[in-house]
Amino acid sequence: MAETHSLQDMRQQAAVAAKVFIQRDYTKGTVCQFQTKFPSELETRIDKQQFEETVQTLNNLYAEAEKLGSQSYVEGCLACLTAYTIFLCMETHYEKVLKKIAKYIQEQNDKIYAPRGLLLTDPIERGLRVIEVTIFEDRSLTR
Amino acid sequence: MSHMDQYQQHHPGQYNQVCTAHSSAGTEPCWPGQRTRSPRRKWQLFPGRNRFYCDGRLMMARQAGVFYLTLGLILLTTGLFFTFDCPFLASNLSPAIPAVGGVLFVFVMGMLFRASFTDPGVLPRATPDEAADLERQIESSGCSRPPPRTREVLINGQTVKLKYCFTCKIFRPPRASHCSLCDNCVERFDHHCPWVGNCVGRRNYRFFYLFIVSLSFLTVFILAFVITHLIIRSNRTGFLSALKDSPARYPFTLAVCFFSVWSIVGLSGFHTYLISSNQTTNEDIKGSWSTKRGKENSNPYSYGNIQTNCCAALCGPLPPRSVTQLTPAGPNTVHVLAFDPLRFGFTLQLCKRTKDLYVTKLRPAVITHVSCVSRQELPYSTGEALRQFGLPLAV
Repeated sequence: MAETHSLQDMRQQAAVAAKVFIQRDYTKGTVCQFQTKFPSELETRIDKQQFEETVQTLNNLYAEAEKLGSQSYVEGCLACLTAYTIFLCMETHYEKVLKKIAKYIQEQNDKIYAPRGLLLTDPIERGLRVIEVTIFEDRSLTR
Repeated sequence: MSHMDQYQQHHPGQYNQVCTAHSSAGTEPCWPGQRTRSPRRKWQLFPGRNRFYCDGRLMMARQAGVFYLTLGLILLTTGLFFTFDCPFLASNLSPAIPAVGGVLFVFVMGMLFRASFTDPGVLPRATPDEAADLERQIESSGCSRPPPRTREVLINGQTVKLKYCFTCKIFRPPRASHCSLCDNCVERFDHHCPWVGNCVGRRNYRFFYLFIVSLSFLTVFILAFVITHLIIRSNRTGFLSALKDSPARYPFTLAVCFFSVWSIVGLSGFHTYLISSNQTTNEDIKGSWSTKRGKENSNPYSYGNIQTNCCAALCGPLPPRSVTQLTPAGPNTVHVLAFDPLRFGFTLQLCKRTKDLYVTKLRPAVITHVSCVSRQELPYSTGEALRQFGLPLAV
């Protein structure tokens, strides 16, 4: 039997307590990397190691997207020869990796962050400037 | 959030839409003729001074007058060449000449359009929360009044200062700069090119470079063959009678080509130097990495050798746009969070085709924001849940 809750109750429980912004780490240049330093606001919510692992995986994925290797050169030359019309039918390597990243973030949110009252926003929505972590107020009786 | 207020006005059982779009620009523009069902696109809420065409796919600066001049000059000169010189050259020298000219022309136009209409790598402005967070950090760190709005970063052994942009409310990444004409911060900002009608930045630099290089070839090609045509004609019939054949075009064509050869070939050479040393025009003009500033000063972004620098600039990976994506403004998958005592809940997923929001699976959840919900896709138990929470369902 389901319990009935009015919309008002729900809205109060969905309140955003705070937002933490993980800034970019520019020590390696303009490559997209995020700082792995654990923000103090998340100390009560999530495991430090878990969080750092998430950020490190994201960093690795972004590094893969921007990697200068034979694959990117071949793609670049082929694109130039076809006057960039090839991208009408084919996705760039970067776009493929961004899709992977979006899936990874969704998975992390589903499995790890949502149960703890946190939400990671895909950095592409913020121009690859920050990872926005939304902290929701935790008024749950159980969990 | 405005969508929560809209909730209360709607009756359950009626099809309605709650807008999930949130804009950092503040006021949301109302577009006449837009169906209330279609979600707002990100580009429609864009705060910079840009123009968008083809539903946000093409992006240009606001003042595009000089771009049309560029287009006109190229079309006119090439048109005159093909009309008057090519028939003679094809029959007397080789038909390969118009063919090569045609290929060059198509390439030049393609690169011009790509350079003009591609998003140069505009950085989206900070959301209000982000801006507030940064302000807090700035206020807390500085003890002097006013607090310093710069950050120092060590990149490959070189100290680089990151400046705070007051318009975009962000600390600019290294190599980014704010274009006052377009009112945007652009990544790896090279310069604002009025001839191309757009900023030249990270995403369209290679198109700009290929445009000027191919245009140099085209200009030299046209100049060379117009002169060849004139010489061959003069050898046969004498110089003055050779000129008599449509004489009006010679001053125009020769003037344009002559001027272009000096300026465009020069510009190509300059940009070739910039690419090989991995600098931007902005950095070169300011002398950021010049050894005149100090013995220790060197370019931290250079890869060390010319080949890698060139390959990186021209064949490196091309990042997609962050600002003007075609997806509706707002998350596609609305994630909802686990708060008991709601014993069941759901993940809502946005169908990109129909723009309807569908419930996909049951999980403990609280709705943060919802677009529209279509009844057909709901399994019975989820439908029950939604009804009990007072959420509107499509009829």
